[in-house]
Amino acid sequence: MSETIKINIRDLNLHAGKNHILKNVNISVPKNKITVILGPSGCGKTTLLKTLNRLTDLNPEIRVTGSIQIDEEDILHTTSDIHDIRKRMGLLSQRPYPLPMSIFNNVAFGLKISGRRRKKILHKRVEHYLRQASLWDEVQHRLREPAISLSIGQQQRLCLARGLAVDPDIILADEPTSALDPVSSAAIEEKFIELKNNYTIVVVTHILRQARRIADHVVFMYMGEVVEQGPAAEILHNPQMEKTRQYLNGAFY
Amino acid sequence: MKLNFRKTEEYFFRLVMLACTVVIVAALLVIIFSILKRGLPSLSWEMISQKPKGGFYFGKEGGILNAIMGSLYLAIGATVIAMFVGVPVALYMNVHILKRKYMVNTMRFLLDLLCGIPSIVYGAFAFTIMVMIGLRTSLLAGMLTVAVFIIPIIIRAMDEVLRTIPRGLMEASLSVGATKGEVAYKIFIRQSFPGLVTALLLSFGRAIGDAAAVLFTAGFTDNIPSSLTQPAATLPLSIFFQLGSPMEEVKNRAYAAAIILTLIVLLLSVASRYFSRRYKKHSIKF
Repeated sequence: MSETIKINIRDLNLHAGKNHILKNVNISVPKNKITVILGPSGCGKTTLLKTLNRLTDLNPEIRVTGSIQIDEEDILHTTSDIHDIRKRMGLLSQRPYPLPMSIFNNVAFGLKISGRRRKKILHKRVEHYLRQASLWDEVQHRLREPAISLSIGQQQRLCLARGLAVDPDIILADEPTSALDPVSSAAIEEKFIELKNNYTIVVVTHILRQARRIADHVVFMYMGEVVEQGPAAEILHNPQMEKTRQYLNGAFY
Repeated sequence: MKLNFRKTEEYFFRLVMLACTVVIVAALLVIIFSILKRGLPSLSWEMISQKPKGGFYFGKEGGILNAIMGSLYLAIGATVIAMFVGVPVALYMNVHILKRKYMVNTMRFLLDLLCGIPSIVYGAFAFTIMVMIGLRTSLLAGMLTVAVFIIPIIIRAMDEVLRTIPRGLMEASLSVGATKGEVAYKIFIRQSFPGLVTALLLSFGRAIGDAAAVLFTAGFTDNIPSSLTQPAATLPLSIFFQLGSPMEEVKNRAYAAAIILTLIVLLLSVASRYFSRRYKKHSIKF
């Protein structure tokens, strides 16, 4: 089965001041699959994810070269509006950051700022995305309550709903379960497997078992370089590189 | 042996902290007590409902309504002006140029300097400008002068609150397609609402309590200003002039005026606490 490439990263280099953080990174992310970026802490996984979303623009010290093609469009050198690019990717961070407003408005925020304000439509869409994030049943009677009244696992699913609400085709997740309890973590993982039919998902993690559970495609990074990448079964069970093997055997974290 | 030393150390420093607290609380109580003791007997409905009549400063009849209204106009006006200038600056520093650390830190340094400049300097500075452009002492000139000297206070107070907002909240907002302006005015301002209230209260207190900046700029009058171009009386100056009187009766009235000033600040403080609590429930705790 041939797979379509959704995100094509070519010769990506990232410098922050004098530090060379990402070194000649080349990654192909297949469409409608879960791609897991594995690697020890400090290897540049999170930075890579932020580069995809161009959150790295915020820091004037960071210089990025190379290209990141999403559906044939190089998002690093494009005339498209940066805000439209970011909207194409939902982001889940290490711990949930709900917005300081009600549960309803958290999901509606992205819709409202992109100009959809009709109350009836808003309400329908909010319900739809809360259902997609498996949160609707728990919150349908308390939509006006502040988002912080939710448990942390619910907050993370709320953030997922908020991200889905602006209709992205990619989901970026940066260790999305690291602050969650096992049950909430499992809920997020199940959600990803369900969502991959419609979305391309990139997950950064350092939890090997999580990678084994959800990955279709694995990228192993070490010290800012891609060591090895390929289908999950190959990389996780039969790695070609010594470094990958050591990591999988728990030689370092 | 070692534990014993640590125990003594702990005991000693607790004693020091307790002593400091007692000194501060006692000083406050003494101030309040002495104001009340001398001011309460002179406090009357007449004080707060009438303007000074002829010879008020020599013990004749009248009240200080002119100064109460003047002070309220001036402090509210100045705080509102300062808010519309200061809050955007604080948000700009913490959203738009957050990562230009050199620039932000230089701004913080300069603002701290401005906070430390005595208000008489602002008054003198404003006065020279007023002379240059031919503006007379007026409510407007006083408002602007006070606004200028409380703007750095508002900015720094807001800034300290905004700084504590983690980057994740900004990244989360940006990732749903928000612009930096939307992050600032739709997200950060909500998150820091209790801080905004504190900043406004702090600067209102400074504005209403300041005598030096308004001395040359707002002037003093026995009338309630009916337009921005008229001079305005203020409570601190009213207290000052009454205290300068040789007559005991007038001096006591100064203390009554001080009670009124304290009450205004107290009322505002209680009200703003109430409002900020109502909005606080949405703020994310980190």
